[in-house]
Amino acid sequence: MITMVRRNLWLELDRLARASLPAFAIIMAIVFLGVPGLFPAVAALRDTFTVMSVYFWTLYRPGSLPAPITVVLGLFLGLLTSAPLGVWPVLLLLIQAGVLASRRILVRQGFILIWAALIACMLMTSAFEYCAFCILDFTVLPISPIFLQVGLGSLLYPLLVPLLIAAHRGPAAPELA
Amino acid sequence: MLRLSVPVRLVLSRLTLPVMLALSLGMIVAGQANRNIGIVLRGAVDEALAPLYRVVSRPVDVLISDRNALGAWIGMHSEVLRLQAENAQLKRWRSVALALAAQNQSLKSQLHFVPTPTPAFFTARVIADVGGLYARSVLVTVPRDSHGVADAIAMDGGGVVGRVVQAGVRSARILLITDLNSRIPVSIGRHGEHALMAGTNGPAPRLLFWPPARPPADGAIVLTSAEGGIFPDGLPIGVVHYLGRNDPAVLPFAPMDRLRVLRLFEYQRGFDSSSSKASEGFVQKTRP
Repeated sequence: MITMVRRNLWLELDRLARASLPAFAIIMAIVFLGVPGLFPAVAALRDTFTVMSVYFWTLYRPGSLPAPITVVLGLFLGLLTSAPLGVWPVLLLLIQAGVLASRRILVRQGFILIWAALIACMLMTSAFEYCAFCILDFTVLPISPIFLQVGLGSLLYPLLVPLLIAAHRGPAAPELA
Repeated sequence: MLRLSVPVRLVLSRLTLPVMLALSLGMIVAGQANRNIGIVLRGAVDEALAPLYRVVSRPVDVLISDRNALGAWIGMHSEVLRLQAENAQLKRWRSVALALAAQNQSLKSQLHFVPTPTPAFFTARVIADVGGLYARSVLVTVPRDSHGVADAIAMDGGGVVGRVVQAGVRSARILLITDLNSRIPVSIGRHGEHALMAGTNGPAPRLLFWPPARPPADGAIVLTSAEGGIFPDGLPIGVVHYLGRNDPAVLPFAPMDRLRVLRLFEYQRGFDSSSSKASEGFVQKTRP
């Protein structure tokens, strides 16, 4: 009996760890991309990585990033990157809402279309972000960083996607527990 | 454990996202209505992460230090390091010479020179880059016995880097001079013409409000000005460089993208009460 309970406990812990892997990986990336030293301006990748991860996990494993967790991730990212309070939770939730709405169509498409959808998603997010920052700071901000961010994200996604797919099929799959 | 029926669970799962969205929009409104909420939360996150960053940045420090750098294993890299060190030293001497020339000029114009009070300072290690798309700031460690480092001025070996805008027990957030919200009164060249240095998020902050009759000369040194009461006179920042016609910018002496160790000077302690009052109207804004 005790062995059975112990086994179930380990099973539940394994499932919990697998389910929380996406959120945990995003938090770790937000924290560790801020460590200065090895590569210059690597902190600029934090926003891009978070947007890409939320897009990917919402598309392929929506249960791993429930809306409350997304809010926490956005809040954490905003606080660490000196963004106005609440802007990043709204942006990430909008990405999630957009992907969930078009998930049934998107998930059947090939890599190129999904990549194109991500670029469109990033463009819209960046436009929202730009408008929000301008309105909340009462100023007209330069638009070039937005294009830089979208360009960087677009180029980075094909490099990152094998890792995300490997995690999706392996350590982040609770059904394999 | 509470068991819910399938329809209730379905309704709850559908409502979660809109409710969270409304909550997040409420956060924006609350953050704008009371900016202290953001400041307090940001401070708490900085304080919580400071020990972790301190531990994590140590191996990186070891890896990139001159003695243990990966590149040092390659023979040619040592020569590059030597030349870089020599170049940094020459740049330092150049800034010293330019600063002394400016100081000499101002001393000549004064009958009774009152020296600036010697500030208290301590050395702080940069443990995290906490900038974003429209922000340039870094997190540094502060010793536990340091009190009130708010408004302390951060410098590296080359020149002014920024100003402490938020300080906790273990860490302090420094708004860099390249941040879009940074506005620093400066004096330019030997004659000390006043201007305002405004960050652009790019590597070279712009010079604004310089006297039209005497535009800043290319290569002239840019020093801090005591106007506003936060900065003392004469701290080196950089040199003037024209990005375009009538578009002077400042090339900072400090390597803004490779900040590792900074010195935080607490000039405010040395200032009298009148200048403290003057600092209330300082033009440098902090991001909410």
